Amino acid sequence: MTSKLDLIVKPALSRAYVRVIMGNRVPAEVVIDAFLPVLSLAAYVYTYYFLGASPQYVGFVVLGGAMLAFWSNVLWSVGSQLYWEKEDGNLEAFFMSPASKMSLLTGMAFGGVVNTALRVIVTIAVGILVFGVHFDPSQIPEALSVFALAVIDLYALGMALSSAYLLEGREAWHISNLLTEPVSFISGLYYPIQFFPFWLQALASLVPMTLGLDIMRRMFFGSPTILSEPIEVGVLAVMAPVLIVLAKLALDYMERFSKREGRLTLKWQ
Amino acid sequence: MKESIRTEDLTRIFKSEEGEVKALDGISVTVMPGEIFGLLGPNGAGKTTLTKILCTLLLPSSGRAFVDGYDVVQEASKIKEVINLASGGETPGYGMLTVRENLWFFSQLYGLSNEQSNKRMSELIDAVGLQDKAKERMNRLSSGMKQRLNIARSMINDPRILFLDEPTLGLDVVFAQQIRRYIERLIKEDPEKTVLLTTHYMAEADEMCDRVAIIDKGKIITVETPARLKSLFSKEVNLLIEVSFIGSRANELLKLKGVKGLSATDNLEKNTTTLKLVLEDESVIPDVISAIKEMGVTMHLMSKAETTLETVFISLVGRGLE
Repeated sequence: MTSKLDLIVKPALSRAYVRVIMGNRVPAEVVIDAFLPVLSLAAYVYTYYFLGASPQYVGFVVLGGAMLAFWSNVLWSVGSQLYWEKEDGNLEAFFMSPASKMSLLTGMAFGGVVNTALRVIVTIAVGILVFGVHFDPSQIPEALSVFALAVIDLYALGMALSSAYLLEGREAWHISNLLTEPVSFISGLYYPIQFFPFWLQALASLVPMTLGLDIMRRMFFGSPTILSEPIEVGVLAVMAPVLIVLAKLALDYMERFSKREGRLTLKWQ
Repeated sequence: MKESIRTEDLTRIFKSEEGEVKALDGISVTVMPGEIFGLLGPNGAGKTTLTKILCTLLLPSSGRAFVDGYDVVQEASKIKEVINLASGGETPGYGMLTVRENLWFFSQLYGLSNEQSNKRMSELIDAVGLQDKAKERMNRLSSGMKQRLNIARSMINDPRILFLDEPTLGLDVVFAQQIRRYIERLIKEDPEKTVLLTTHYMAEADEMCDRVAIIDKGKIITVETPARLKSLFSKEVNLLIEVSFIGSRANELLKLKGVKGLSATDNLEKNTTTLKLVLEDESVIPDVISAIKEMGVTMHLMSKAETTLETVFISLVGRGLE
């Protein structure tokens, strides 16, 4: 006998499993995904070395690199996931099944977190072992909590974006391209954004990784935060449920739209 | 007895920049449990639109539709538990996953336990003849094998009402036959089950379906058993003529009095056209021959054919499925 809980839990776990398996089936790709991004990270580190910047900037780069791994995954995988499901002919099978669509989306996001974790571990390890970044052990538990909160927010944002990607109707990579550079710029992945005008800092704070990075920089390297830390943590804590509700609303709207228009589940439309 | 499928004056209009297209125009049909019900019609007749509405993937513009007694608009979630769909040419799933992994994933969308899922996967992999490919990645399968996987996927939840939209498309003849037998056996073993089959293959519909609906331009022209349809049209004369390439000029023959329908298939390799004509009676034959001669084409072969579902279709719709 299938219960309602089965239709929530099993689709989420199985979709996460699918994502993890698919992301790790070709060992060469796993290695490339985990290690190549370290090169762009190194470029920033050597720029700071050359400029004679304070060592804390190298720490900024490593933290930013770790967060960038998740942001890239959110943009290129989670946000565009429903688009790819449509192209693979799976969206119709999802809509026709009794499975919770939010569970499937959560499963996709969770699988993405697991897959990206290796890249993050490699980034941090290179930061410590190669570039000599020191993370104060006493700050690690609290920093990990903030990091986890920021990552949950990021993936919730990705879930909310996924339906928007599909409704926008253009090919997914155009939207990802559109978001990649501006967000990397305003969120200050490799540098503090305190020298931005206030309005730009406020805009940047809407991106979860801006606040996450800001708090972690303060914890590990003592740099000043944009807002007070409790406020930043509060914003991060509120963002996740708000974005998840948004994701649910967008998904429901997308399903209704697809049934009304009759074209959203079809490929190449 | 509760109907498996019932539609009442079902209409679906698609809006586009060019205007409105009425894909379904007042469809009313009933399908009972234990039936394999065929939907026959040319491309654009509305078969897929009807199937999608019944599968809760599309909303009707007006009218009502019920599947397993539930309204497709108001009670879609109840319908989803008892249906599934396989469309020919579509291969839902993930290329990097194996056949078995893909089936397991789709079983989880229906909340199956691992025990149920394993049992079902083994049965279906046997049924669709993919035993040797169970651990093969989907992206390494041929298109025919992917279609077998697609059929297996559509049965993973043991649906009470199964929608098959061109299920044997791309399958070799022997395997298509096996699939037909398997579906017939499913219905025989469980008379509560229902299959709605959309197909281009007249022989498939003739062989499998208890009843067929002939649909054209969004309207149902007739609903009958294949045997009854053939007997109703047995007095007509079915003519098979092979001529040198005639192209669209073949349609001129439809203007002759007594010609009820025509299907013309060009064979570009042989530079010939095969004409299947349905005539009211034999007295029309000389007029057809004269008309062909006047077109300046050579007649290679002419024979009378038996009444089949295809000739019935040509007679009712005025053209073939091509």
